[in-house]
Amino acid sequence: MSGILILEQTLNGLQFGLMLFLLAAGLTLVFGIMDMINLAHGSLYMVGAFLAATFAELTGSFWLAVGLSLVGTAIIGMAVELTVLRRLYARDHLSQVLATFALILIANELVRIVWGPQVPLNPPAGLEGPIELLPGLSYSSYRLVIIAVGLAVACLLYFVVTRTKTGMLVRAGASNREMATAMGVNIKVLFTLVFGFGAALCAIAGAMLGPILAVQVGMGESILILAFVVIVIGGIGSIRGALVGAILVGVVDTIGRAFIPALLREFLPPQFASALGPALASILIYVLMAAILFWKPQGLFPARG
Amino acid sequence: MRRALSLAALAAAAAFPLVAQPLGWEFYVGFASRIMIYALAASSLNLILGYGGMLSFGHAAFVGAGAYVVGILMAEGVASAWVSWPLAIVVAGLLAAAVGAISLRTRGVYFIMITLAFAQMLYYIAVGMKAYGGEEGLNLATRSGVGLGLNLKDDATFYYVVLAILVAGLYGLHRLANARFGRVVEAIRENETRMEAIGFPTYRYKLVCFALGGAVAGLAGALLANQNSYVNPNLLYWTQSGSLMIMVILGGVGALYGGLLGAVALLVLEEVFSAYTIHWQLGVGTILLAIVLFAPQGLAGLFARRPDA
Repeated sequence: MSGILILEQTLNGLQFGLMLFLLAAGLTLVFGIMDMINLAHGSLYMVGAFLAATFAELTGSFWLAVGLSLVGTAIIGMAVELTVLRRLYARDHLSQVLATFALILIANELVRIVWGPQVPLNPPAGLEGPIELLPGLSYSSYRLVIIAVGLAVACLLYFVVTRTKTGMLVRAGASNREMATAMGVNIKVLFTLVFGFGAALCAIAGAMLGPILAVQVGMGESILILAFVVIVIGGIGSIRGALVGAILVGVVDTIGRAFIPALLREFLPPQFASALGPALASILIYVLMAAILFWKPQGLFPARG
Repeated sequence: MRRALSLAALAAAAAFPLVAQPLGWEFYVGFASRIMIYALAASSLNLILGYGGMLSFGHAAFVGAGAYVVGILMAEGVASAWVSWPLAIVVAGLLAAAVGAISLRTRGVYFIMITLAFAQMLYYIAVGMKAYGGEEGLNLATRSGVGLGLNLKDDATFYYVVLAILVAGLYGLHRLANARFGRVVEAIRENETRMEAIGFPTYRYKLVCFALGGAVAGLAGALLANQNSYVNPNLLYWTQSGSLMIMVILGGVGALYGGLLGAVALLVLEEVFSAYTIHWQLGVGTILLAIVLFAPQGLAGLFARRPDA
């Protein structure tokens, strides 16, 4: 019984972790290459989810909607990069925080004007029910698909970053921007492309998580902080670090929430356990991050040698 | 010139309730108190962020800690400001010292993130305090009592107490910034390696600066709890830290009146836009963006004499 439960929660953690990875991958590249703190990354995730909901209603197909939302969000991302963010690269982190915080406010309000505070998004046809993985373990088929999509994107990303010319330029930019520029890399175009790519990943995460979480204004803010925790744990600029960090955060958070309250009930009187359990579970990933930063101040996989 | 402006502003602030009350603007007396409390909180962050150069993204935790000290003591029957406010300062200061002691071992972006992490931990602890309202928060039965014939439940009296504390706070910041301590902290911001080489214990200076900022934030929190008659975990959420940071950047990083100008600007902007449209965030966001792009030194920079004024 308990083994099945642990397995189920681990799968949940993996599913959440992989979606976090999609957000964190874009964020860590923007952060690593452009040395830019982009708080508005969560807004692209929100926009992606809303676009997917609209396209799903228009086309009737969930997967077509994910594809269209991906393209749409990438275009919006690149437009924002060209008009606003490009002016901020040379500025200090504080200005970037202020400007992208302003972008969050603007994005939230524009979305509220266009769509209202919340829209429905249903899981694709045929994936609503659970399927039986093992005897006694039935698991949501949609969550399994999310895991599959997450793994597929992670593999694709790994291939692009390690095996293609563009990927090589991206890695060069992340490890030493000035040197990459000096060697003739057109950093401006690269930046725009990376940003559009990161926005597309956001859209996938937003569209895939939409049916599980709610598609609502402000959905980006809570997950943004988790994505930042992920990239700090993994080491800024490192895709591999983002993957490891995301799965670590996803699994630790999910398992913590599932088991810490029950565990505390074994040792503490129930009124303490019920009060302390959820708080402790929520704190867990921050403790994890503080501990990792204490031992490895550059994160697990520092991109700069 | 600047001194004259400061005194004129102070005189206007002192006269405000006298003018406002006959005109029936009681609401604005409360609103002005709220602005001044945020000004104090933002100024305390400015000490850390502007003077000390430490990009703390968890300042709301210290404000919230101060607010919770007042709220919890009130719930336990201790209403005297002479007990709860100093305790709020001490608790927030000690918390800041603990957070700073660990966080200051990291640099740059990692420092931003680790201060954020600690603030989020405190946020979830506040949410978990079921005995004191948990997620719902805690209503304060009354405002803190100060004795001396003053009744803080009167909005004008409360306004003057807040004004006095803010003025004292800003004067303290001014003196501190011009004292040896302030000079050393600013020099560490400019070139830490060099200061270390000269023989200053830079870590200790930064830690004291961080704890001091946290302590003042605790006082602002104690006032805020009284102003709202209510404390809840949202006071500690990261968007609150973000707002305080926005106020500092907006007002002017490392400028004496940066926190004050930023608090006035942001809260007045919100108030004005929300009076006209429910989509006020759009207007506030657009103006913030325009300020970053076109006024890099913040509002204080618009008034300052050119560079190193």
